[in-house]
Formats: sequence, C-alpha cells, structure tokens
Amino acid sequence: MDSVATEQELLIEIRKVAYSYGYGDVLKDVSFPINQEDFLAIIGPNGSGKTTLLKIILGLLKPRLGEVKIMGKTVEEFADWKTIGYVPQKATHIDSLFPVSVKEVVAMGIQSSRRFPRRTREEDSCISRALQQVGIEEYKNRRIGNLSAGQQQRVFIARALANHPKILMLDEPTTGVDVKTQEHFYDMLHRLNREEGITIVLITHEVGIINKHVAQVACLNQTLVYHGSHDEFCRSDEFKRMLADGHHLVSHHH
Amino acid sequence: MEALFLYGFFQRAFLTGIFIAIACGLLGIFLILRRDAMIGHGLAHVAFAGVALGLFLNVMPLAVALFMAVVASWIIMKLKVKAGLHGDTAIAIFSSVGFALGILLATLSQSFNVDLFSYLFGEILAIEPSEVVFSIVLAFVVVLLIVVNYHKLMYMTFDRESAKASGIKVDRLDGLLTLLTAVTVVLGMKVVGILLVSALVVIPAAAGLQVASSFKQAIVLSTCISITSVVLGLVLAFLLDLPASGSIVLLSFLAFGILFVFRRARG
Repeated sequence: MDSVATEQELLIEIRKVAYSYGYGDVLKDVSFPINQEDFLAIIGPNGSGKTTLLKIILGLLKPRLGEVKIMGKTVEEFADWKTIGYVPQKATHIDSLFPVSVKEVVAMGIQSSRRFPRRTREEDSCISRALQQVGIEEYKNRRIGNLSAGQQQRVFIARALANHPKILMLDEPTTGVDVKTQEHFYDMLHRLNREEGITIVLITHEVGIINKHVAQVACLNQTLVYHGSHDEFCRSDEFKRMLADGHHLVSHHH
Repeated sequence: MEALFLYGFFQRAFLTGIFIAIACGLLGIFLILRRDAMIGHGLAHVAFAGVALGLFLNVMPLAVALFMAVVASWIIMKLKVKAGLHGDTAIAIFSSVGFALGILLATLSQSFNVDLFSYLFGEILAIEPSEVVFSIVLAFVVVLLIVVNYHKLMYMTFDRESAKASGIKVDRLDGLLTLLTAVTVVLGMKVVGILLVSALVVIPAAAGLQVASSFKQAIVLSTCISITSVVLGLVLAFLLDLPASGSIVLLSFLAFGILFVFRRARG
C-alpha cells in the first residue's frame, strides 16, 4: 500500500493514531508518512475523520492513542509552528464584517511573535511577496469581507506563505469555489509545490475532486483505506467502490 | 476656558480621564469582536459589591472592587469554557449576584451615602490624588499590555483556530484579556460610574467599527472617540454644571449615531 518513494526527507509521521469524541472512534489505527515536497490529498466521505486528523497534526486535538511526529519531534516538543502554514476552511471561520484589511490578515502570520505593532521593512517585503505569489496584491488594502470566496482563500494562503512554510495544510480549500477558480487554485498550489518546494497537504470530502496536480492520496474512512500514489489510487478497487457509492468525479484531468 | 486647566481638581480629572479613555477605547474593540460586549456590564455590578465591601471594611474601595472584579472575571471565563453554560448566562448570574451582594453590604454597613453614590454615578471631578496615581498606573499597564500583545490579540480575535495552530497560547491570552477587562471596568467606574461603565468600553468601539476598513483604523478611531468624549464631556460638565458621567456617555453615543448614519448613507 505504501508505494510512495521515501527518498525525500520525512516531515510528518503519523503513527497508530486513534481519536474519539466520546461516541466511538472517529479515527482508528491510522499510520502514514508525509514526505518533503509531497502533494498529498487526504480524502474520504463526510465524518471519515479527515479534519480530526488535520487538527491532531496541528496540535489542536490530542490523539487517544498513537502519536504524530513533526520533523522528528512529537507535537508537544515541536515549537517551530511557523513552518507549518494552516489554511482553514474559510466559510466556517470568518466573520465577514470583521474590520481587517487583506494586508493585516497576511501580516498576522509573521507578526504574531513580535512585541510591537510597527512592521519592519523586511516584513513588509515578505507580505508583498506572499501577496504576489497568490496574485492578490491589488486587493491589499481591501477589507477581507469584501472579497470573493476564492480571493479570501488566497489571502489565507498568503498569510501562511509569509512565514516561508515547509508545509501548507489546507482544509477543504475549494468548497464554494467555481470550477474555473479551482483550476487556477490548483495551478497555484502546483507552482508552490514544484518551484518553491513546499509540501502540500489538503483535505477534501469530494472523493472525485482529485486534480491532476495531486501526486499522493491518503483515503480515510475512520481507518486508512488507501495510501499511495494518485495514479494507483485511480486504478484501485477502493476508488471504483467510492465512485459507485456516489462520490462523483468532479474534476479529474489526465 | 483655559482657566479650567488651572484648577488642580480639573487637571487630575483630565489626566486620569484620558488614560482611562485610552484603555477603554483599545479594549472595547476586542470585546465587541469577541462578542463579549456585556462582560463590562457584569463586572461593573460585581465591582459594586467590592465598593460596598470596601466602604464596610473601611479599606480603599477601588482596590477591593478591583480584587473582586478580577476574581469574578476569572470565574466567568472558566464557567464559559468548562461548565458549558450558554452564551451570557455566567455574566447575567454574576451581574445580579454582585449587585445583590452590594445592596446587602451597603445596607448592613449603613453606607448608602454620598460615597457609594459617587461610585454608582461616577465623580471623576472629585477624584483624590491617591486615586489618580492608582488609576494612571493601572491604565498605563492595561494600554502597554494591549500594545505589546496587539498582533496576537488581533490574530486570536479574528481566527482563533489558526492562531492556536500557529503556536499562539490562546488560553493564556484569554486570561490576560479577562484580567485587563476587570481592571479597565474598575477604572472606568471612577470616570462614569458603575451604571455607565460598560458604555464607556462599548460605545466608542462600536462607533469606530461603523466605518473602519482595517483593524488599525478601528482601534485608532475607537480610542480617539473615547478620548474626545471624555475630554469634551468633562469640559461641558464643568462649564454647564452637568454630571460628567452622563455628558461623556451621551457624547460617545452622539459619535456613534453620526458614524452609524454616515455608514448607512454610504451604503
């Protein structure tokens, strides 16, 4: 099952993780590695434990059993959280009336460890670069609530990029975004993965929405039902069974 | 009018008022955006019990009020997080219990007098020199802690989960904000009184939020409106022989009204 090449540096190791919200396990015995420069999609139906797993990796939830190691350290020991850029699911997180400009949101990422409000010139250039990378520099002074869902998602990616992360973790990044914008979005992630060497981990409940740029797939349904290359996944019985179960193919370009 | 500033009591009120106004203006933005606008109201009522206890024990009422407000704010925070009480329930309970305790203590100590009324309705123009130092030092500490933690507080208020994922200790910041609220409420009590202190925290911030397109703008506007209301309120109170507390709160409401209409007109 684990057919992914492991020559690259191991960034995250998920070992025998189990989690329960008190009514039975939502995750059981989940183990797989995430290597440097992976472009990994964690997929599975609603309630399969994807978001729970992401939160465990980010240290927001503590597993009932097992452990996660990030760059060789347990989540408790790991301190360099700036190297992990988290892009939350926009719709469930943001108050659209919140008075905050695009630039301020991006600055949150790099300034949260600083003591004084004033930005340095170096930080300003990091923010400008991050905005350029995701193509929204022209909106930098706009209030975030006035942007479209796709643009807001880019702002959150820029916030993560401003810290020069090694890994980007995205929770359902294309929910509520039209197909064309999704295409641009995946092209941008591909560029960040190829040109900047950033490891991409994204989760989606739409099993079929596996874009051409995704290289690895981890399929969850409480347990890990598949982990390996995208191509093999598309030929696997698991994929066929999921499609037959009604997880329609939305955008699969090959 | 310049003669006003020659009076020692006015200088004291003016200086203390400005420091407290800055603390209220800064803090109000965070409280409103965290949907915690009513906490000031609740803590003010607890502070009333503290004032009554202070008068009863003949200990500096402001200090006892501060102690009780800090303890109450900590319990309210814990109840909210751990005990699963709905929304503002903890605040509503503490608000009523605090006031009930205050009435009881004041009656027992027969201190329903001018002293107590000065805390209920505020009397900054009669502030004592010892209270000036106490208030300015505490207000300065509140402002300093907000400025030093500005980015973390903004990040946590905007997107708590991402802030936590980026390594910010959000629980610790919650505690800090709760503590600062208790201190600010007790300070504001001296300016506008227990009954109006939540207005001093909430209204200038609500006014600033009407037109701000960035967080910085919201903070700056809120603080400016807060300072202007206190300064103009004090001057009007002195010149027209009006109560300072009522003048200050109504002026901040006027600012809110103007900015509200401006925002609606702008669309």
